[in-house]
Amino acid sequence: MAELCGVIGIGQTRYAAKRGDLSIAGLVREAALRALEDAGLEWKDIDAIVIGKAPDMFEGVMMPELYLADALGAVGKPILRVHTAGSVGGATAIVAASLVQAKIHERVLTVSFEKQSESNAMWALSLKQPFQVHVNAGAGGYFAPHIREYIHRSKAPDNIGILVAYKDRLNALKNPYAHLQIPGVTPEQIEQSPMLWEPIRFLESCPSSDGACAMVLADERNAERSGRSVAWVRGTAMRSEPTMFAGRDEVNPRAGRDCARDLYAQAGITDPRRDFDMAEIYVPFSWFEPMWLENLGFAEEGTGWKMVESGATMLDGDMPVNCSGGVLSSNAIGASGMVRFAEAAIQVRGDAGEHQIDGARLALGHAYGGGSQFFSMWAVSSEKP
Amino acid sequence: MREVAVVSFAQSAARREPARNEVEILMPVVTQAVEASGIPRHEIGFTCSGSCDYLAGQAFSFVSAVDALGAWPPIVESHVEMDAAWALYEAWAKIQCGMADSALVFGFGKSSPGEIRDVLTLQLDPYYLAPLWPDTVSLAAIQARVLLESGKASERDLAEVAARSRRDAAANPGAHQRDPSGVDELLARDYLVSPLRVHDCAPISDGAAAVVLAAGDLARKVCDRPAWIRGIDHRIEPHALGLRDLATSPSTRLAAEKAGLGSVPPEVAELHAPFTSQELILREALSLDAGVRVNPSGGALGANVVMAAGLVRIGEAARSIREGEASRALAHATSGPCLQQNLVCLLEAD
Repeated sequence: MAELCGVIGIGQTRYAAKRGDLSIAGLVREAALRALEDAGLEWKDIDAIVIGKAPDMFEGVMMPELYLADALGAVGKPILRVHTAGSVGGATAIVAASLVQAKIHERVLTVSFEKQSESNAMWALSLKQPFQVHVNAGAGGYFAPHIREYIHRSKAPDNIGILVAYKDRLNALKNPYAHLQIPGVTPEQIEQSPMLWEPIRFLESCPSSDGACAMVLADERNAERSGRSVAWVRGTAMRSEPTMFAGRDEVNPRAGRDCARDLYAQAGITDPRRDFDMAEIYVPFSWFEPMWLENLGFAEEGTGWKMVESGATMLDGDMPVNCSGGVLSSNAIGASGMVRFAEAAIQVRGDAGEHQIDGARLALGHAYGGGSQFFSMWAVSSEKP
Repeated sequence: MREVAVVSFAQSAARREPARNEVEILMPVVTQAVEASGIPRHEIGFTCSGSCDYLAGQAFSFVSAVDALGAWPPIVESHVEMDAAWALYEAWAKIQCGMADSALVFGFGKSSPGEIRDVLTLQLDPYYLAPLWPDTVSLAAIQARVLLESGKASERDLAEVAARSRRDAAANPGAHQRDPSGVDELLARDYLVSPLRVHDCAPISDGAAAVVLAAGDLARKVCDRPAWIRGIDHRIEPHALGLRDLATSPSTRLAAEKAGLGSVPPEVAELHAPFTSQELILREALSLDAGVRVNPSGGALGANVVMAAGLVRIGEAARSIREGEASRALAHATSGPCLQQNLVCLLEAD
């Protein structure tokens, strides 16, 4: 039987287009120190470090955990570096949790980051390779056809993406760490923003951010004696499928559905919309909210947009989604998945401040990556399993 | 702790591979390892790999490796941007927490398209060290010089490591740096970066390797002589070279202690030493005396598939147990400049 694992400390940097005040080491350290402080621990209390980030070309440093060993207090300890595309922040937290659940370590620090201002993600994603389809349009150009297919299948009205973006931008105003904060934002302002990749407008897209997120995970004994509120890990799941093959459903990928089913079985969830009090879902472009609501089983296939339209996913709805402002408001790519996991934990610990859902007990953290082919998820609860 | 064993190992014949891409190299290796494991592919509970975008010169280069797996229905899968020995560590942890009973682990990389000694420079501190552009051979030469000046080894000792490794590599179909030259012959050759000669440095290799792990009864069922992982641990040292005594490897020593090496020496040790001088440093850190057979495969000096060479050490050590050549074997993997990060895995027969 696996050991229990709980989140006892969480730290985030302020996300911004350019954190020129910090080196890469300074950035990860800012998040890590906040997580340690939140947990009431010091560097010496940490047994191992698990770090994740998206492609090394985003900063131009190969395997940066080698250089970051000192800044993360890893000297003399084990440090693992995870990289699973956009889902990496979630996958990193899951690897860290597994070290606790396996009873290998008692307290693990997990960190993820991206310092996009050091390089150019668009360039890093657009290097031409022999014998491969050359995608020169960044992530938005890749995902826009999937969204168009979703609209075609579900017959969703045009304004759904705008509703999602408006909600997340309102939520971001309540999150002091959020990168994009647009006071007085209106749906009209979003609608009038430039169309980048039909049907994705500028204000329906995620920004490029610098930032880091860190968590301290502990076993049952250490979590209970920490004196901190604990977000207990109720389940973790990962799934991958190939990027392309004939018949693959990129709008509602099977890997995401299987991953959710696995997670819900572990956490005893039978009706996600009823059982979860909130969800942090990886939505880099507005329309992915209704798409993932269906993929995750919060709505029947073809009806995710109705859930958005009804206001159910707003802060005061019955199934609040992305109360933090989500990826649409802060996107330090390698950290974005972990931020989802951490924000779910923050909610069940009751620490979310202005974007807190009253009485949140069970929350979902979700991340995806690649061509909608890598998924990582966890469920956290204020109640010990 | 659950009992976990290496039940199969496969590798490509390492060499420069201008004609095949990573997936083409990987696919038969994965198939071979899975078939040799006796566990049907769709029953393998977890998959984990190690590779590096900077070798391929492409962001998300590992994504295409999923194509080599037949990942349909979708699989539980993860990836480390590290040598695949660390992917094996992640898989071992996954099995320890009961989330899988078996795992496929693989690593792959092509060093030949770029200048690997320069590419590895990008691992260094980007603000204070990388801009000076010290290449990996030059850093290893500094380390070798420190070792020589410590009085612990001579250039002849280095050449002896090279001669033995090249001789052993000749008998290993997975290796490609073969050379019957004697020590005197090697010592007569020119320096590449003093005090290192070409034969003191690992060759440029492209390739892939894969291992299948299985827990307890499953391992016994599919394998006559499983190579049990009795302990595995990894540790890292400071990044700045000036903070380290380069003639020693305290992180290797600590990892070995945590892995449970103790006072019983292994019969075989597969050490991931891309430079002759590093083998000598590792032998001392692990207290391996002359009775231990080091790198019967030829080691990284016989073939050095960057991102898989550490996993190959585990695979070779496991092979020596599974084929009855040893009952206790040690495998080691390294990462980073001058042995910054090290992993030790202890394997035993029943």
